Amino acid sequence: MKILVPVKRVVDFNVKVRVKSDGTGVDIANLKMSMNPFDEIAIEEAVRLKEADGASEVVAVSCGSAACQETLRAALAIGADRGILIETDGELQPLAVAKLLKALCVKETPQLVICGKQAVDDDANQTGQMLAALMGWSQATFASKLVVGDGRATVTREIDGGLETLDINLPGVVTTDLRLNEPRYATLPNIMKAKKKPLEIVKPSDLGVDVAPRLTTLKVAEPIKRSAGVRVADVAQLVDKLKNEAKVI
Amino acid sequence: MAILVIAEHNNQSIKAATLNAVTAATKLGGDVHVLVAGAGCDSAAEAAAKVAGVAKVCVADAAHYDAQTAENVAALVMQVATDYSHIVASGTTFGTNVLPRLAALLDVAQISDVVAVESADTFVRPIYAGNAIATVKSADKVKVLTIRMTAFEAAGQGGNAAVEALAPGPDLGLTALVGRELTKSARPELGAAKIIVSGGRGLGSRENYRGLLEPLADKLGAALGASRAAVDAGFAPNDYQVGQTGKIVAPQLYIAVGVSGAIQHLAGMKDSKVIVAINKDPEAPIFQIADYGLVGDLIDAVPDLTGVLAV
Ligand SMILES: Cc1cc2nc3c(=O)[nH]c(=O)nc-3n(C[C@H](O)[C@H](O)[C@H](O)COP(=O)(O)OP(=O)(O)OC[C@H]3O[C@@H](n4cnc5c(N)ncnc54)[C@H](O)[C@@H]3O)c2cc1C
Ligand SMILES: Nc1ncnc2c1ncn2[C@@H]1O[C@H](COP(=O)(O)O)[C@@H](O)[C@H]1O
Repeated sequence: MKILVPVKRVVDFNVKVRVKSDGTGVDIANLKMSMNPFDEIAIEEAVRLKEADGASEVVAVSCGSAACQETLRAALAIGADRGILIETDGELQPLAVAKLLKALCVKETPQLVICGKQAVDDDANQTGQMLAALMGWSQATFASKLVVGDGRATVTREIDGGLETLDINLPGVVTTDLRLNEPRYATLPNIMKAKKKPLEIVKPSDLGVDVAPRLTTLKVAEPIKRSAGVRVADVAQLVDKLKNEAKVI
Repeated sequence: MAILVIAEHNNQSIKAATLNAVTAATKLGGDVHVLVAGAGCDSAAEAAAKVAGVAKVCVADAAHYDAQTAENVAALVMQVATDYSHIVASGTTFGTNVLPRLAALLDVAQISDVVAVESADTFVRPIYAGNAIATVKSADKVKVLTIRMTAFEAAGQGGNAAVEALAPGPDLGLTALVGRELTKSARPELGAAKIIVSGGRGLGSRENYRGLLEPLADKLGAALGASRAAVDAGFAPNDYQVGQTGKIVAPQLYIAVGVSGAIQHLAGMKDSKVIVAINKDPEAPIFQIADYGLVGDLIDAVPDLTGVLAV
């Protein structure tokens, strides 16, 4: 069974971005970039399946600029077998990414695609569901447990009220939630090995996909700032403030 | 053209999230219809018909909507989608599961987590964990949106909408529900609670999380929440997680206990009206957004607080 894992290069989750003063976007020049954390979980899960003989090959895919090669190398260092970069410098919205991934799925015929549930830059939470739709496949989003069987998978999902378990047909798309696994740290030997693994580069036009954005960003603004309030000396003062000043209890 | 809201329900009643979606829909200009897709869902449909602002309820009642899988619900909505200018749901795990699938089938963008409607085609949404607020304009003919519940009031009661049957769509048979393990609690739902008591890694153990926070929450009639670290450590169930990738809440009062205030946590609660932080580290970032900060050991402070409230 071949597993495809889309990995996105994003501003590191620890970095707080700043809005450009002209309101056209966020300033990401010179910021630390990393693999989207949910995609690290996705790669880890795919590699574990392979290690448990549940998968034959793990292919990592990234869509974006040439710099995404770095993200792919990180995926290869965790244990993916090869990487594919779909290279474009233009803005990519989830629908466009899903179409690129669809073209790749048609070519690569994976049995399973494991995406992150959400990219921590656009916070869209769409791409996996969109890919499943375009392929006419099953989907199991927000997975906290994945068991792959013969032509099927059993997936436990984190939903608003608790947990839900689905039995899905394969091929299908699973998106990862935080508690699916804890990604390993890539070891130095594996980072070295990753440098020699195959990494193919294709263009959206090679795949015949139109990636033109559907949404135009008119402006990007700073959120309303909340300022620090006061320190209270003790519990009695806290209760007094909540009762008589804030009037919330 | 009319606007379609996809109801979230359990066949008996509609979830509160649907009421916020209805309010967002009323800002788009057009009649608001609500789709109830379920199995034996008459009561849910009747409840939807009573929501103020709803002109029509469409009910698709079939066994294959019992689990409300994204595959079957999206296929159903496809049959009527072109009658609508907008298709709206709350950005709950249900809405987030179904709407992107629907948007892709329609070959349109989906706009996630809308916090304000500027016009019929222009919407405001947070990005980067709420550290930037984007205004986006859609050129698609059908706009598919999920809305952030806390940004729109719940629609009231007093509606009297017509209820019409909608022919069920196909059963794609791609997924089957094995079971659900729902968190049982007599406390208010996180999304709808007026007061939330939320615990972080600082609680140290599941015993402390429960032993210290439950009496306080009981006293205040509050819901319980948690940071990711507290959920990962098993102090609290997954659906208690507040944050960028958990639930977004905006209660009247949010009490953060032993929570450091990471960007991802703040993203889920910084729109609360009043924020209280209890933390032993005076430098903890949570204090930068707290209205009232108490520097101290939660092991003493929380029982004290519960005690003072008792008298
Ligand atoms: C992709 C991604 C998504 C994420 N999504 C979320 C999310 O949705 N929600 C979320 O919350 N986090 C999320 N996180 C995690 C986030 O980055 C932080 O790691 C997490 O919020 C920290 O939780 P915490 O504040 O409970 O723990 P810590 O940061 O460890 O803070 C514990 C605090 O407790 C205090 N403390 C300890 N002992 C005591 C005591 N006895 N008395 C008083 N105070 C005490 C300490 O001073 C400290 O400030 C996400 C991370 C990633 C990478
Ligand atoms: N440019 C991209 N390249 C590779 N994978 C992506 C890209 N954008 C999104 N994805 C995948 O889709 C998931 C959800 O992203 P989003 O829908 O943007 O929140 C991510 O976690 C990735 O797995």
